[in-house]
Amino acid sequence: MTVRKILTLVETTHREMGRAVPSSRRAIAAAVIANPYAGRYDAGLSELIEIGAELGRRLGEEALSALGCPAAEVQAYGKAALVGEAGELEHAAALLHPKLGAPLRAVLGGGQALVPSSKAMGGPGTVMDVPLGHKDAAYVRSHFDGMRLTIPDAPRSGEIVVAVALSLNGRPAPRVGGLTHAEAEGIDGLR
Amino acid sequence: MPDPKIRKSAVLVETIHHEGGPAPETPLRRAAAMTVIENPFAGAYHEEIAGFMKDLEPLGLQMAQDLIDALGGDASVVEGYGKGAIVGTAGELEHGALWHVPGGYAMRGKIEKSMAIVPSTKKVGAPGARLDVPVTHTNAAYVRSHFDAMEVGLPDAPKADEILLVLVMTTGARIHARVGGLKAGDVKGEDGLR
Repeated sequence: MTVRKILTLVETTHREMGRAVPSSRRAIAAAVIANPYAGRYDAGLSELIEIGAELGRRLGEEALSALGCPAAEVQAYGKAALVGEAGELEHAAALLHPKLGAPLRAVLGGGQALVPSSKAMGGPGTVMDVPLGHKDAAYVRSHFDGMRLTIPDAPRSGEIVVAVALSLNGRPAPRVGGLTHAEAEGIDGLR
Repeated sequence: MPDPKIRKSAVLVETIHHEGGPAPETPLRRAAAMTVIENPFAGAYHEEIAGFMKDLEPLGLQMAQDLIDALGGDASVVEGYGKGAIVGTAGELEHGALWHVPGGYAMRGKIEKSMAIVPSTKKVGAPGARLDVPVTHTNAAYVRSHFDAMEVGLPDAPKADEILLVLVMTTGARIHARVGGLKAGDVKGEDGLR
């Protein structure tokens, strides 16, 4: 894997609509990597699948380190990939779906829920939307969220941006009901 | 004037290994601290605004420290800096100018070799507006390898009655700097220029 650069973005929300809210904190870690399949069709994509495994650990560690807290405090996660124009959408799928999740969960000490994901084709400056969901119970409504990231110079044509987002909370001021973090059992990954 | 009301703060760190050329042993790191505050002057013209600069001083110091921490905690690694502001649409450009003094001197107070003026930019913009924050060498503005810029912005800020304040610090030259000029190693460090 050839990494051109790594970015971390940490956001802390203190107020929402003029009201103080419990400090809400979340982070994205993203890697800009060379796409080994840029410009050509490959039937297997195994190289990207292995890179996905490596990035699950590395980006999980980077995001956690940017948050500066113990892994046990992380309540939500998500992942995304943005493929430069010489690649194809399936390259994002190869990075994200087969092998990225297990090493990410290992960094966090667990995670029962599916890691929510998004993927897109794009170029330098394209906005990436990285979904967030509760890491042990996908139905926790307060934790449906997303972070956005823009990298002015990536992905270039032969590059892919891969991102992992972690959050210590749900939205800053959740009040639309549904299953709560406190009620979640976290056994089946859903409730 | 009350303390600035902070809605949100963010720190962005880039670790740049290469840009298509040979990767140096030490990657370049660039960090931006962004804070979204309420604009106390939004919605009307106020003749007297300068007092707010004093109120912004603690925030400037906090953001400068956040950047040093994000770069590993040792201020001596910082070789470049810059600052900027995006004023929400119910404010005016002049409100962004309030950041020059508290933002700039906060960084210079924490970085020992900081004779050079802190380059800056500002504009009025809506949520999602991007700002190219200029960066130059902290001790000698003519160091050519350190002329740089970091693009920043937040999807949800600044709202009309907000200001997005930005400080940037970097740990070195552009990743493949090779267009000559004054070198960081040749700086005299007496006048902030050379």
